[in-house]
Amino acid sequence: MKVSEIMKVLEAELIYGEEFLDRDVISACGSDMMSDVLAYVKEQAVLLTGLVNPQVVRTAEMMDMKCIVFVRGKKPDESMIELAKENGIPLLRTKREMFTSCGILYENGLRGGGHPYNG
Amino acid sequence: MSEVIKQHYIVDGTDFTRAGEASGKIKKTLKDIGFPPQAVRNTAIAVYEAEINLVIHAGGGEIDVEITPEYVKVVLTDHGPGIENVELAMQEGYSTAPDRIRALGFGAGMGLPNIKKYSDEMDIQTELGVGTVMTLKINA
Ligand SMILES: Nc1ncnc2c1ncn2[C@@H]1O[C@H](COP(=O)(O)OP(=O)(O)OP(=O)(O)O)[C@@H](O)[C@H]1O
Ligand SMILES: [Mg+2]
Repeated sequence: MKVSEIMKVLEAELIYGEEFLDRDVISACGSDMMSDVLAYVKEQAVLLTGLVNPQVVRTAEMMDMKCIVFVRGKKPDESMIELAKENGIPLLRTKREMFTSCGILYENGLRGGGHPYNG
Repeated sequence: MSEVIKQHYIVDGTDFTRAGEASGKIKKTLKDIGFPPQAVRNTAIAVYEAEINLVIHAGGGEIDVEITPEYVKVVLTDHGPGIENVELAMQEGYSTAPDRIRALGFGAGMGLPNIKKYSDEMDIQTELGVGTVMTLKINA
């Protein structure tokens, strides 16, 4: 699934990263606890979160994640956008809540990956 | 790449928003010198968790890095409260982090288990009231 498709199905707004819309994403992780995100490496993953602070971007950076989606209309601040630019990570924002956002991406073919119970 | 690269970082214990800066720089260094991608990521994740711990549990500290073609060794030193029971602290889900930290996305009690998982060697020397020294080694 491309970043642009994620944007479309979640009716999300692009906060940063026009040049990364063509990027392929093959797995996903939804959490507000960053150490839970850090526990399982997923290849070419998108991170969905309702947490807004710079550690969200850093977590995605350390994990080589391809995209971040802020759910429930959460808005990253300037310092987070700066950090995303430095690391080339596109940022999206959807009004939908976490459960629904994950459900929509799952329906569109994305899977958890990485974690042993994700098949 | 035959010479050894050494780096030293000071981690500010008062600024949560900057926690992870050192880890980001270490990751970039490893990437730039062509360290294997998986080892780069494993190092980044392990050091990041440890750097966050310095800030949320120990009031900051210092990080020393030694990179050779064979491995990267990272030593994190703090003068925080120390860890009372390391075996317990290493268990998944064990955390003494207050709600204030949980609201920032940390305090799941996953950091130390994650560090162990992503590094090839992990050693913790700690003394209550004195501080903690954690040594990590990740092979190329
Ligand atoms: N440098 C340190 N100094 C003092 N105590 C520490 C230090 N690092 C870890 N601890 C103790 O060990 C516990 C477990 O650490 P761990 O990193 O696994 O979890 P956490 O930091 O509480 O939560 P998470 O890492 O999931 O965000 C901490 O809650 C804390 O009590
Ligand atoms: Mg921790």
